[in-house]
Amino acid sequence: MFTYAAKRVLMTMPIMIGVSLVCFALVHLAPGDPLISVLPPDASQAIKDQLMVLYGFDRPYYEQFLRWLVRAVQGDLGTSIRTGRPVAAEIFKAVGNTLMIATLATFIGFVLGTFFGFVAGYFRGSWLDKLASAAAVFGVSVPHYWLGMILVIVFAVQLGWLPPTGAGPGGSEDWRWNWVHVQHLILPAVTMSVIPMGIIARTVRALVAEILSQEFIAGLRAKGLPELGVFRHVVKNVAPTSLAVMGIQLGYLLGGSILIETVFAWPGTGLLLNDAIFQRDLPLLQGTILVLALFFVALNLVVDVFQSALDPRIQRA
Amino acid sequence: MTGVAEPVLDIRNLRVTFTGGAKPVNAVDGVDLSIERGEVVALLGESGSGKSVTLRSILRLHPAKRTRMEGAIHVAGTNVMALEGGALTDFRGKGASMIFQEPMLALDPVYTLGEQIIEAILRHENISTSEARRRALDWFERVRIPSPERRLDTYPHEMSGGMRQRAMIALALACNPKLLLADEPTTALDATVQVQILLLLRDLQRELGLSMLFVTHDIGVAVEVADRIAVMYAGRIVEIGSVRDVIRSPRHPYTLGLLSTRPHGGRLSGNRLPTIPGSPPDLANLPPGCAFAMRCALAADACRIAAPEAVEVGPGHQARCVRTAETARPAGAPAGVSA
Repeated sequence: MFTYAAKRVLMTMPIMIGVSLVCFALVHLAPGDPLISVLPPDASQAIKDQLMVLYGFDRPYYEQFLRWLVRAVQGDLGTSIRTGRPVAAEIFKAVGNTLMIATLATFIGFVLGTFFGFVAGYFRGSWLDKLASAAAVFGVSVPHYWLGMILVIVFAVQLGWLPPTGAGPGGSEDWRWNWVHVQHLILPAVTMSVIPMGIIARTVRALVAEILSQEFIAGLRAKGLPELGVFRHVVKNVAPTSLAVMGIQLGYLLGGSILIETVFAWPGTGLLLNDAIFQRDLPLLQGTILVLALFFVALNLVVDVFQSALDPRIQRA
Repeated sequence: MTGVAEPVLDIRNLRVTFTGGAKPVNAVDGVDLSIERGEVVALLGESGSGKSVTLRSILRLHPAKRTRMEGAIHVAGTNVMALEGGALTDFRGKGASMIFQEPMLALDPVYTLGEQIIEAILRHENISTSEARRRALDWFERVRIPSPERRLDTYPHEMSGGMRQRAMIALALACNPKLLLADEPTTALDATVQVQILLLLRDLQRELGLSMLFVTHDIGVAVEVADRIAVMYAGRIVEIGSVRDVIRSPRHPYTLGLLSTRPHGGRLSGNRLPTIPGSPPDLANLPPGCAFAMRCALAADACRIAAPEAVEVGPGHQARCVRTAETARPAGAPAGVSA
């Protein structure tokens, strides 16, 4: 178990290096001059050259990459071209905000998805299955920005129960754990949760159906276990795969849904990425992509280790 | 409970129909069978003959929604058909327990063998976990698993096929069931391991005086373990009798055919193995008469009209056939098959 975890950690090293290389290359492969957004259109060549030197864009790519990598390892992701603030701080704040709705959304999605999945899998072919499966299909296929707007119209505009946008009263960005702030979480998190809910429900349904059809279920009944005891075995068999799916979903959501964060004006990574792209803010874009990618890698690592703890067959594989 | 002669297993006119498909399938079509205390009966038949369905019916393992069960099953006086809820799960594993064909598939892959056996013991006995573990360890020793203490903490996939089947046997016997059901317990194993498991089962049976219903399609295995053999065809027991009677003087044409298909060491290479012509009938569309009539060389008109009743052809030896007079071998004639 421990050796497996250690091995798995070592395996992520080349992945992380690859990820950083791709992050760096992507931005430089994209067409357009990174300085266009900071310079006035009539800026002289001398000023252009001066800025190129200042940002280090005049150096060869490998040198730029190494400098960027060495600084990144030390936690310095450069300065945002647009705001002049350190990129790391901006990302840190955005990641924190996204983490909140992503975690809440994954939690809601996991609870509902697992529930629907078990109901559908246990009562396959019945109307309960059809109802639960319909909820799952709705989850994966409804356009969530549209769902977000509908929820805003119903719960914010018409009923007035919840605030429509932002992460705090009056657009304030200082997060506090009190009801005034927490109520801003609910609508974006619920909107975001329908995706993992649908995917997890479908996965769990297929898993439950498959496990129930296996011979060992008859074996468990044959030794006298009541249905509740059999259910316990089904849960442990379903857990590794559904947790893996949940982890991957959390990874996707951490990238921040650009659409959902835009609808709710939620100051997370999606919104940050959106701004960075449209304003050609290279250091911010690189940094954000890098941090999100590393998050994804780390999350997969955690999921794999968890999974091997639950399913003894994985360690040997 | 009228004293000595109460059988451990008593099945009367069992019918099992699967109703889940487009047409109901008559998997078991009127089976009568009883097993005395300490007796081993082999249920012999080819795939789809209803032998495993009969076995699973005794534990009521078929999904209730898609199965219609009729007839009577008593295990040591317990009316199995009348059991519901907790009484049924109390019965499973304790009244009768089962060894499955493929232990790799019949054991939960994410629990250790020890956990699975302890779980079964705790389900039926009011004892502590450590006491249950001691009991499980004891059974691991009795089924001759080497280094049993360590093996209790291994997962099914970490053991060889033979060891897994030994663990399965330990699991089945852990609560001292009155009746042991074995569903082709050696079929999924290598030939050499098959022999070991068979010997183990025979030794345990003698040592513990187990009553056992042993399903197999292998005549050799049936001869090895059983006191009596019941031959099944298309959901009916077509012939039943002592191993000696059924093998030496089979009286049902199907049994005759089955025995003549056994390969012998002296057969010349290049010669085809004899087979029974045709194939078993569609269980969703059984003929009104004898199900074997269409493949039977001796079939007469009477065979196709009504299902033949069991005919007593010797002491404790019955065949469901109207032409038993023709299948009787004159005394002293050379045996068609060597037993």
